Amino acid sequence: MGDLLSLFINSVFIGNILLAYFLGICSFIAVSKTIETATGLGFAVIFVLTVTSPVNWLIYHGMLAPGALAWAGFPEMDLSFLKFITFIAVIAAMVQAVEMVIDRYSPLLYASLGVFLPLIAVNCAILGTSLFMVERNHTFIESVVFGAGSGTGWMLAIVSMAAIRKKVRYADVPVGLDGFGFIMIIAGLMAMTFMMFSGITL
Amino acid sequence: MQTDLSHYKEILIKGIWRENPVAYQVLGICSALAVTVKMSTAVVMSIALTLVAAFSSLIISSLRRWIPSNIRIIVELTVIASLVIITDQILKAFLYDISKQLSIFVGLIITNCIILGRAEAFAMANNPADSFVDGVANGLGYSMILLAVAFLRELLGSGQFFGFPVIPGFLYDMGFQDMGIMVLAPGAFFIIGLLVWLKNSLPGISHEKK
Repeated sequence: MGDLLSLFINSVFIGNILLAYFLGICSFIAVSKTIETATGLGFAVIFVLTVTSPVNWLIYHGMLAPGALAWAGFPEMDLSFLKFITFIAVIAAMVQAVEMVIDRYSPLLYASLGVFLPLIAVNCAILGTSLFMVERNHTFIESVVFGAGSGTGWMLAIVSMAAIRKKVRYADVPVGLDGFGFIMIIAGLMAMTFMMFSGITL
Repeated sequence: MQTDLSHYKEILIKGIWRENPVAYQVLGICSALAVTVKMSTAVVMSIALTLVAAFSSLIISSLRRWIPSNIRIIVELTVIASLVIITDQILKAFLYDISKQLSIFVGLIITNCIILGRAEAFAMANNPADSFVDGVANGLGYSMILLAVAFLRELLGSGQFFGFPVIPGFLYDMGFQDMGIMVLAPGAFFIIGLLVWLKNSLPGISHEKK
């Protein structure tokens, strides 16, 4: 249990998918203009990550990993090179399925998340989490915790960025630095504060 | 159809400098920054991305008349993913050490906004030769930023260039120290921010509004 908690804390803060591994920066910059949309996209990312990470784990360890097809009579088969194309297809399909389920059972949530869901399919943070999950040899339970932790970390980063951007809206930034450059400097300072958490062990 | 050299040159310059994908269009830096701690990984990543960008544009542009528009994103992703798989296999076969260091970031070329963006915006509407040049140009523009960031991070962070120490020893004796922060994530954000500032201040570039 302690291991899982520590994995969660680690993926939220120290190994933050956005600020330590630079994944999902495109939407981090595009959607952090207001806090409401940032929160909406953040929840959508947590949701999709918590679902796709274990699903991709099952598919990888059930069909693609070296020797995984032993149950079908192909013990020497190694299909792991297909993981990129499989994961991206699973992610696109899961996003579509999640969209339909939310639309059917919670129209209110759909109205607030709907716009963002298709965007998520090409968010590098989602594919990156699945690939990290394979590379770090997580178990099934760990893959769920890692997915949820990465999503939470991503949401924390984008919501704080939206809040900071609201505060600095009227700041007097030098010509040329305003806009994209300024956001990157803020992101660098945020990355420093997130790194302060390294050294915490649970 | 224009096929003279100046036409290709214009596409090249547009991709490399005037509409440089990283700094100007704010696309594609997702996968760029994590491999910029060292020059060697950044060079391999740049070559891989440029090749994937060029050939995916070429293939998608050749197929553009047969791709139904409502499933075009899936087709584009499949083409790109297949090229990335080939790249990954080649790297594993010939440059195993570097492919270990690049870890998941070769795979993330698939979701790189530049490649899909060029496929959508340029390759679907132009002929194969133009699209190929456009892919090369955008790949090179991206490589330029990536290599600039990697150069600064390796030089300031560990005093090296391609793994060779370049800061003379007497500077260390006088109290010079490597900047540890450049090796860590925040350094990459700061350098990108400052590079964008520099680029926006150079003449000949329309200034990006907030």
